Amino acid sequence: MTVDSSATRKPRRSAAGKAGTTGSKAGSAGPQRTARATRAGAQESTEPQLVQLLTPGGERVENAENAAYEPYVAAITPEELRGLYRDMVLTRRFDAEATALQRQGELGLWASLLGQEAAQIGSGRATREDDYVFPTYREHGVAWCRGVDPTNLLGMFRGVNNGGWDPNGNNFHLYTIVIGSQALHATGYAMGIAKDGADAAVIAYFGDGASSQGDVAEAFTFSAVYNAPVVFFCQNNQWAISEPTEKQSRVPLYQRARGFGFPGVRVDGNDVLACLAVTRWALERARNGEGPTLVEAYTYRMGAHTTSDDPTRYRHDDERAAWEAKDPILRLRRYLEASNHADDGFFAELESESEALGKRVREVVRAMPDPDHLAIFENVYADGHALVDEERAQFAAYQASFADAEAEGV
Amino acid sequence: MALAKAINESLRRALEADPKVLVMGEDVGKLGGVFRVTDGLQKDFGDERVIDTPLAESGIVGTAIGLALRGYRPVVEIQFDGFVFPAYDQIVTQLAKMHARSLGKVKLPVVVRIPYGGGIGAVEHHSESPEALFAHVAGLKVVSPSNASDAYWMMQQAIQSDDPVIYFEPKRRYWDKGEVATDAIPGPLHRARVVREGTDLTLAAYGPMVKLCQEAADAAAEEGKSLEVLDLRSISPLDFDTVQASVERTRRLVVVHEAPVFLGSGAEIAARITERCFYHLEAPVLRVGGYHAPYPPARLEEEYLPGLDRVLDAVDRALAY
Repeated sequence: MTVDSSATRKPRRSAAGKAGTTGSKAGSAGPQRTARATRAGAQESTEPQLVQLLTPGGERVENAENAAYEPYVAAITPEELRGLYRDMVLTRRFDAEATALQRQGELGLWASLLGQEAAQIGSGRATREDDYVFPTYREHGVAWCRGVDPTNLLGMFRGVNNGGWDPNGNNFHLYTIVIGSQALHATGYAMGIAKDGADAAVIAYFGDGASSQGDVAEAFTFSAVYNAPVVFFCQNNQWAISEPTEKQSRVPLYQRARGFGFPGVRVDGNDVLACLAVTRWALERARNGEGPTLVEAYTYRMGAHTTSDDPTRYRHDDERAAWEAKDPILRLRRYLEASNHADDGFFAELESESEALGKRVREVVRAMPDPDHLAIFENVYADGHALVDEERAQFAAYQASFADAEAEGV
Repeated sequence: MALAKAINESLRRALEADPKVLVMGEDVGKLGGVFRVTDGLQKDFGDERVIDTPLAESGIVGTAIGLALRGYRPVVEIQFDGFVFPAYDQIVTQLAKMHARSLGKVKLPVVVRIPYGGGIGAVEHHSESPEALFAHVAGLKVVSPSNASDAYWMMQQAIQSDDPVIYFEPKRRYWDKGEVATDAIPGPLHRARVVREGTDLTLAAYGPMVKLCQEAADAAAEEGKSLEVLDLRSISPLDFDTVQASVERTRRLVVVHEAPVFLGSGAEIAARITERCFYHLEAPVLRVGGYHAPYPPARLEEEYLPGLDRVLDAVDRALAY
């Protein structure tokens, strides 16, 4: 993508202040259709309008259109930039290890984030400690930013639990499998923050497919009506398993917000700097009592939906190749190198750290014990339940009968 | 005090006692709910505590989950039984399971109020009894009061519970009056109650059918039959101990509910009691309830709903063994 192509776009055109003037449907759908038509070739000049601060070549973009977001990264230090790079590299390494572990039979399933590192690290690093995050099931990078030990994410995929971490430990809610449900939980939580008079904010993650769900639409409605401090962060990775975004919407997803009365912004989801800036802007709006924002991070799922999926059945290799050229990690590396913000020693040290993380993930996963049999009955209810008690006792007696038989040499 | 008023008073007490208690739903504020169960609450507690919501049932329950995660104790109203299904996903996949998924770290003290059942001549989707669909789901507690006193106290206990409680309100009994001792110490939320002692047969019911069973017992008494009447009060958990003790005395059991008989709560009671009391039973456990058909138009609902004759017919059949 060139600087010029971005400079012709107006990323805040959909902002609340201008939402009163409804654009024509044909005009709204235009960029999206154009992008689709050239998906295979992915011509840079036909990218839909989006906020971009860093080109795929690693050059900083500064123009009038993205000026509103520049202040949110203007003071960023070389150290912080290296931190974003480190986050993305380690998250990708963790993800690769998890994929490999699934292939080795150590995990039952894995949902890879490959390609979405910038969207997750940029937005995740924009959150404050007292903010609350409601993820779907692919937000491994956001979990990393929130300080959740990545090995905790693997328990549910290995089948030893259905969660694996204390949501309140890092203000990072459990993964949610039912698509879009968490958008409402995030909205309710945000309503609670507003009632408490706190100045924290909430960020809800979901994908392009989830944007079709009623719960997401209802979350938009509730958050707008109650002016809830919530940021909806939609990672449009182009594919909802096998269905392209055209099967979800006739208009670019960020434009959905307009109909609910709050701003929507499309950001280059492979540009960590832009994701950081736009999310900081949206979270600040929320904290200032200006209500919800929809951020559409325009990105690409480089791998399969999950390890059970086969993307070769529904998309072409050249599409992936085109997105590889926009790799989020590579572009920041180019920028770091060109600006002399990182030297060879930094990259070598990070490589060692990455190796160590991979080794730890492998060891922890393989050492994860199966849960106790009676765990089936644990925490079904907070206050207890007679039927659960009865069935637990029956099950325990049944299990014990095997031990008794073994002791008797049967 | 009327049953609806008892719930209103109970909600008022909860709102006064705990600033974290919220009342949410469609029309619950200015209107006071379509049955006026929440009448006057918004006026006294404000629209930050008694919240008129958009017309979106999944949104009501889903945001209540989020509020509970933030430390609130929402009591949400689903306007009518048949309208709960847009929220069923949130209730079943999220509300019921989050405590277990979080290994006990998260509690969801959410009460879902559902006016349910027929007998008021309503249009479709306004008269259904879907309690078995909720009782089947682990993680939910399901209760239904039959009288004003229970309505008051069971609501207090439901709000205080750290588990999600589906609170089915027998809408045809909303206007039935009864004594409510607001300073009493209530029994456990999930304990069934013997409302009338008898020796020949046990009638077990909950919610709107308890009164019918009491009427049936009165009618049977005129024929010299002594029927015991149980108010189950709670459908999940179900107090099988009280049912068993009764059946061991009377040796016969008829379960009565408005919901379809097939795979309903009566089926569960029949199976468990047969297992527990096989040698005590003089007759198979019989069930009286709705048919495997959509709830009919109002002009036919008297045929569909269990009435005095159908209950007494089942009593006669059980006694004939």
